[in-house]
Amino acid sequence: MKTSYVAAVLAIAGKDLRVELRSRELLSLMLIFALLSILVFSFALELDRVAREEAVSGVLWVTLIFASLLGLNRSLAQEYDQGNLDALLLAPLSRTAIFIGKFAGNALFTGLVALLLLPLMTALYGKNMLDPRLVLTTLVGIAGFCALGTLMATLTVKTRAREALLPVAMMPLALPFLLTAVRATKGILTNATEWQAWFQLLAGVALIYLVLCLLLFRFVVEE
Amino acid sequence: MPRLLRALTIATVLGFAATLYLGLFAAGTDIQQGAVQRIFYIHMPAFFGAFTAFGLSLFGGIMVLAGKSADWDKLALAGVEVGLAFALINLLTGAIWARPIWNTWWTWDPRLTSAAIMCLTYAAYLMLRAGFDDTERRRTFMSVYSILGFVTVLITLFIIRIVPETIHPVIVGASPQNAQGSFEATSGVMLALAPSLLLWLTLMPITLMWHRYRLEDRLESLNRAKLKALSE
Repeated sequence: MKTSYVAAVLAIAGKDLRVELRSRELLSLMLIFALLSILVFSFALELDRVAREEAVSGVLWVTLIFASLLGLNRSLAQEYDQGNLDALLLAPLSRTAIFIGKFAGNALFTGLVALLLLPLMTALYGKNMLDPRLVLTTLVGIAGFCALGTLMATLTVKTRAREALLPVAMMPLALPFLLTAVRATKGILTNATEWQAWFQLLAGVALIYLVLCLLLFRFVVEE
Repeated sequence: MPRLLRALTIATVLGFAATLYLGLFAAGTDIQQGAVQRIFYIHMPAFFGAFTAFGLSLFGGIMVLAGKSADWDKLALAGVEVGLAFALINLLTGAIWARPIWNTWWTWDPRLTSAAIMCLTYAAYLMLRAGFDDTERRRTFMSVYSILGFVTVLITLFIIRIVPETIHPVIVGASPQNAQGSFEATSGVMLALAPSLLLWLTLMPITLMWHRYRLEDRLESLNRAKLKALSE
């Protein structure tokens, strides 16, 4: 019996979701980290009303990126350490289905953190962060970042210093996301028209990385 | 040393001396910027040298993933190291030029930022490479990384066409409106620039990478000999 492509993707993402629903480890960890990070930024940057306007989009994205790094590390480490990755590779599944399944799980968790973070930041910073354009930008940014992150985490999980190496190897590659996403967010928050150009750039970068990661994934799992 | 490599090395050294002479003495002094403009004859060619080296490492990575000989990985490594050195020369000379012209060593301009990102990406390549124990795994994974990393090279190359709010001058084609410290590519400038560009684009990276490749080759055979001696 051959599992269909979509069923395989859903099964892998569903498995991650089920593990999370039972343990509630990762999501709460990511969320608490995100809250702490917002708090730390408020103190460190001494965000008064004026400084807040300038810094809020940066705070949002740095927080999201570091929170998702936490999740990415764990998501692949648990597959690898418990031998589930080998089991997935033995199963008659397309490699891209495994990638999309893992990617969907990771993007879902980070997306959930973002969706909880946005209303909270609206309340804390007095800016409307629930603008549909902003929600869309956030989700597209997260999708691109998690695509790259899923590939990079699969790659670094087999190194000696995996937790330390993932951010080092991934941050420079992820900077195009950070740059465009921060600019787009800032544009939306200040009602500037150039947010569209930045958003398009962000979506373009996300698409390029998604395709590249999809093509390259089979090389980091097959040895 | 192979005869061709020896010839290439001599040609590179002589060529470098010749382009230095052209840039430092033969080319006229820029009326507005003065002598500091001459750094440009190294600054821009160094970026294109890095482009060649990173491009070759991308090619090496693709060849490894295509299942070709493991030697391509050594080419990829040589490309990353040589390219990183060139990219750092590019950043450093740019900073020295910017100090008198822009009145600052560094500014978070899109083009400068993306060039710095490119350097960090390839620095991360070397860090990541050191993290693998298994050579076969390292070969495949670093090839994947070199393909992803090349995206940052392309971004650096094209960013001023996408994000026009730069103060970095463009020499070929029209400079952005707010470019600070630009100058015309007159025939005098081209006389010094063209040979230098040609040298950095071809001879410099190829010769240096060949030397680095040979070094890596020696290291590998040395390691093999060591393992063999230990096992006996």
